[in-house]
Amino acid sequence: MWTLVGRGWSHGRALAVWAAGTAQRGRLEPLPTPTRGAPAEFRAWDRLYTSAERKEKIDMSRFSVENIRNFSIIAHVDHGKSTLADRLLELTGTIDKTKNNKQVLDKLQVERERGITVKAQTASLFYNWEGKQYLLNLIDTPGHVDFSYEVSRSLSACQGVLLVVDANEGIQAQTVANFFLAFEAQLSVIPVINKIDLKNADPESVEKQIEKVFDIPGDECIKISAKLGTNVERVLQAVIERIPPPKVHRINPLRALVFDSTFDQYRGVIANVALFDGVVSKGDKIVSAHTKKIHEVNEVGVLNPNEQPAHKLYAGQVGYLIAGMKDVTEAQIGDTLYLHKQPVEPLPGFKSAKPMVFAGMYPIDQSEYNNLKSAIEKLTINDSSVTVHRDSSLALGAGWRLGFLGLLHMEVFNQRLEQEYNASVILTTPTVPYKAVLSSAKLIKDYREKEITIINPAQFPEKSKVTEYLEPVVLGTIITPDEYTGKVMMLCQARRAVQKNMIFIDQNRVMLKYIFPLNEIVVDFYDSLKSLSSGYASFDYEDAGYQTAELVKMDILLNGNIVEELVTIVHKDKAHSVGKAICERLKDSLPRQLFEIAIQAAIGSKIIARETVKAYRKNVLAKCYGGDITRKMKLLKRQAEGKKKLRKVGNIEVPRDAFIKVLKTQSDK
Amino acid sequence: MRSCLVTEAQTLLGLSGVRRVDSVFFGGGTPSLASPNTVAAVLEAVDQAAHLPADSEVTLEANPTSAPGSRLAAFGAAGINRLSIGLQSLDDKELQLLGRTHSASDALQTLAEARRLFPGRVSVDLMLGLPAQKSGPWLRQLQELLGYCDDHISLYQLTLERGTALFTQVQRGTLPAPDPEVAAEMYQEGRALLREAGFRQYEVSNFARNGALSTHNWTYWQCGQYLGVGPGAHGRFVPQGAGGHTREARIQTLEPDNWMKEVTLFGHGTRKHVPLGELELLEEVLAMGLRTDVGITHQHWQRFASQLSLWDVFGSSQEVKALLVQGLLLLDHRGLRCSWEGLAVLDSLLLTLLPRLQEAWLQRAPSPGQGG
Repeated sequence: MWTLVGRGWSHGRALAVWAAGTAQRGRLEPLPTPTRGAPAEFRAWDRLYTSAERKEKIDMSRFSVENIRNFSIIAHVDHGKSTLADRLLELTGTIDKTKNNKQVLDKLQVERERGITVKAQTASLFYNWEGKQYLLNLIDTPGHVDFSYEVSRSLSACQGVLLVVDANEGIQAQTVANFFLAFEAQLSVIPVINKIDLKNADPESVEKQIEKVFDIPGDECIKISAKLGTNVERVLQAVIERIPPPKVHRINPLRALVFDSTFDQYRGVIANVALFDGVVSKGDKIVSAHTKKIHEVNEVGVLNPNEQPAHKLYAGQVGYLIAGMKDVTEAQIGDTLYLHKQPVEPLPGFKSAKPMVFAGMYPIDQSEYNNLKSAIEKLTINDSSVTVHRDSSLALGAGWRLGFLGLLHMEVFNQRLEQEYNASVILTTPTVPYKAVLSSAKLIKDYREKEITIINPAQFPEKSKVTEYLEPVVLGTIITPDEYTGKVMMLCQARRAVQKNMIFIDQNRVMLKYIFPLNEIVVDFYDSLKSLSSGYASFDYEDAGYQTAELVKMDILLNGNIVEELVTIVHKDKAHSVGKAICERLKDSLPRQLFEIAIQAAIGSKIIARETVKAYRKNVLAKCYGGDITRKMKLLKRQAEGKKKLRKVGNIEVPRDAFIKVLKTQSDK
Repeated sequence: MRSCLVTEAQTLLGLSGVRRVDSVFFGGGTPSLASPNTVAAVLEAVDQAAHLPADSEVTLEANPTSAPGSRLAAFGAAGINRLSIGLQSLDDKELQLLGRTHSASDALQTLAEARRLFPGRVSVDLMLGLPAQKSGPWLRQLQELLGYCDDHISLYQLTLERGTALFTQVQRGTLPAPDPEVAAEMYQEGRALLREAGFRQYEVSNFARNGALSTHNWTYWQCGQYLGVGPGAHGRFVPQGAGGHTREARIQTLEPDNWMKEVTLFGHGTRKHVPLGELELLEEVLAMGLRTDVGITHQHWQRFASQLSLWDVFGSSQEVKALLVQGLLLLDHRGLRCSWEGLAVLDSLLLTLLPRLQEAWLQRAPSPGQGG
C-alpha cells in the first residue's frame, strides 16, 4: 500500500524527484518515518526469509475451500495498515517475531526509503483456530489517492476487508474512498480501530463516525493497538468468522484470475493468481483467455510474502504461477487462465487503470534510447497501469508519452527507472487528458473522429478548429476539522471547484464534496490542503467525467525559443497567473549566462508574462598561481564536460533540473 | 626544516637541469615566521646549484605585524628584495571576520616600513565580496589604500572554503552568504578606479604601475618552468637533468613530518609527478595565458604548438565567433585575448574555448608537431 508516512507527505515535495537523473536523496529527508524500518532492518528480515525459501514444497490440498479466507487491509495513509500486516504475519508464524519486523511487505527500494508501499503484495498466513487450520490470504494494497485502481484490482480477489481507522484521527478521506470501493465490490467490511494505546485516542467517537458514515453498527468495530499487539488475535478470528470463504469449486476446470504480476529477469513473468475454480500444478498446459497462447506451468506456490513453491494450488487459494511467459502482454492483469482444451467463461475484468496524468519522457542523450526503452518495458511489466505511446519532438528527439495514475505514481516510476535501471530522463510538464470537439472538417478527417483526446499539449488544436474543449473532472472528498472549513473552501474556489455536498460526520469534523477540474489538483493541491490545515485535512478523489472549459495553450519562451518541456494547456482565467509563476520560478532556476535571457509566457503571439535573467558580470577564479593550476584545470574540464550534457534551448544552456524545479509548486494566487 | 629545504632545492634544481633562476618566491602558509637565516641558506643553495643573478626577483609573502621594522630589515639583508603583504582589509571588523590576527593599523605600519626598505617593490592585497560587505565602503577602502600603497595591488574575491570558520558561519546562517552581484560590482568599479590611478591590470587579480609586475607570477601564466620546494609545494618543469623531455606536474608531500623524512632519505619529497600531455599543456597555455592582459600572442602559442595556430583552432568556430561578436574576446594579428569585459567572465569563456581546443587537437593534421 502506498502507506505514505507522516503528515509531511505531499505531492509537491514528491515532485522534487522527477528529474530522475538528479533525484536527490536529501530531498527525501523531510519524510522521515519513525515507525518505519531502516534498510538495515529489512536486510535482517531478508536473511530470515531466504532460509525459509529453501523449505520443501508445501502441500496445499489440506486447505479446503471452507477454511480459506481472502482479505485485504484498507486504510488511510499512516493509520497503521502495514504495522497491522506485520503483526498478523508474526501471529501466524509467517515471519519470526522480532522487533525488526517493520513493514515486511514493502519490498521495493523506493518503498523502504520513503516509507510508502508502491505495489500490492500478497502473503498467505497459516492459522490454527478451534482445531482447524485456516489459510488466510492477505492481499496488501497500495492506498494512495493515485491508486484506487490498484486497490480495486486487489479487492477483486478478496471476499472481505479490514478497514483500519486511526483512533486519534478518525475517518479520513481515503478511508471513505476505500470503504466505497469495498462496498461496491460487495465485500464484508470489518472495521478496525487502531492505535487505541495513544494518549489522545478516542475510539468511542471513531465508532460513532463509522456508524454515521458507513452505517456499520459500532459494536462490530474491533479496537486494537497494532503497535503493541493488543487485540490483534481477535482480528484474525473476525476474519474467519465474518468473511465468507470464496465461492469456488475444486472439481470444476481451472479458472484463475491474474490480479497482479511481477517480472523476474531469470524466471520471466511471475503472475499472482486467485483460483476461482479447479487446480493447477507444474506441467499443466494453460491458456490465457486474452492472448489464447499456451504456456506450460513451471512452478506454482504461495506467497508468504516471497514465493514459496507448492505442489498444487486449489480453488479458493491465492498464489503465484510461473509459466515461461516472457512478455508483458502474456500476463495481463485481469486476464483469466484456464487449462488447455478445457475453456471456461473468462472472469469479468475489473475496473481497468485509467491514466490521469500524461508526460513526455525522453532520454537525455539519444544514444541511450534503446537502454531507456528496455528499462521502460521492464518496469511496465511490473506496473501495467502505466500506458506507453511512442512520441517524438524536434527538440527532444525520440521518446515516449507515458500515462500515469497520478503524479505520485509518475514520480515513483521515475525513481524506479533511476534506482533499478540507472536511467536518466527528461520529463515534460505533466498534463491531464483534455478533449476537443472538432469543427474543422479537415481535422475530423485526419483524426477520423469528431471528439479527440489530447494527451500531448503539442497537439492541442487551435480554437478556430474546435467547437469546444473539455477537461476531465473528479469528485473530490475532503474531510477536515471544522475550524479549517473556511480556508479549505477558499482553496477549492481558487481551484475552480464547485461544491456538491457538506456534512458534519461528528461534532467537529466536516466532509466536503467538490467537483474539481483534474488539472487543478494534479500537481500540488494535496500539498496546499495539508499545509493550510496543519496536516489535519485529508483528500481523495474519483473520476467524474468531463466538463466544457475555455482552454488555451501556453508556450514558455527563452529568448524567443519555445521550451518544449514546458508547453502547457491552461484554463483561460488562469493563464496569466500560471504564466507569471512559471516565469518567476524559471528565473530562479536558470543559471546566468554570458548574455541576458528573456523568459516569456505566451498564448499564441501574445506575451502575457516576462522575466529577465541578467548576464554574468563576473565569473573568474581570483587566485590562480602555481599551486592552483592543477585543481583549476580539473574543474574547468569537468565543467566543460558537464556543459556538453546540458539541454540547449536556442543558445541557452539549461541544467536538467531547472524545468523540474519550475513545475514543482504551483502558487495559489 | 632549513636543511631539508636546502636539500630539496638542490635536488630539484639538479633534476631540472636549470642553469639560471630568474625569481624566487617564499610563500604559502605563514612564511614570514620562517627565519631570515633559512631564507639566506636557501638562496645560497639556489645560487650554488644554478645561477641566481643579482637582479632576480626574490619575494617574501608576509603578514602585517605590530612591530615589523627590524625583522623586515633582516629579511632584506638575507636577500629578499620584494615583499607581498597579506593586508586584506583596512577595516578591523572585516579582518576579524577573515580570521586575521593583525589590525588595520598594523597593516599600514607594515606597509610603510616595507616601502621604506623595498621601495617600488611592495605589493598589497585587498579582499572583496565578504559577507555583508557593501560596494561603497569597500571602494572607499581601496581609495584609502591608494594613498598608502606602492606600485602593486592585488584584488581578490573571497571564496568560501569548506572547513573555515567563515564557511561554517555562513552555513549556519549567522552570516549572510556573500552576494555575487555585489562582488561583481566591486570588482568592476575597483579595476576602473585602479586604471584611473595609473595601474595596469596585467592579470585578472593583479594591478601594477611603473612596470612593477611580479615576474615570478607572470611565469605561471606564461606556462614557464617552476620548481616547488617544501611541504605541499607544486612545480611544473621538464626533468632534463634526469634525461626527461616531457613537462611534469609535480606535488611535494603535504605533511611536514613525512616530507622531511622523505627529503632526508631521498633528497626530495616529491609525492606525485604526472607527465603532461601535449594537449594538456596547450589547455594550460590557453587557460593561464588568457588571464593576462596581453593574452596569448601568436609567437607564444607557436612555442607550444608549432603545427596548430590560434587561427586553426579558433578561427572557424561559430561559438568562438559569437564571443568575438559579443566583444568578450579578441582574435587578431597579435593573438587571442580577453576584452575588458571578457576578463571578468573568463571562466565562462573557457568552457567554450577548451572543448574547441580539444576538438581541433583531435582533428589536427596527421603529422603531429613536437610540442613544448
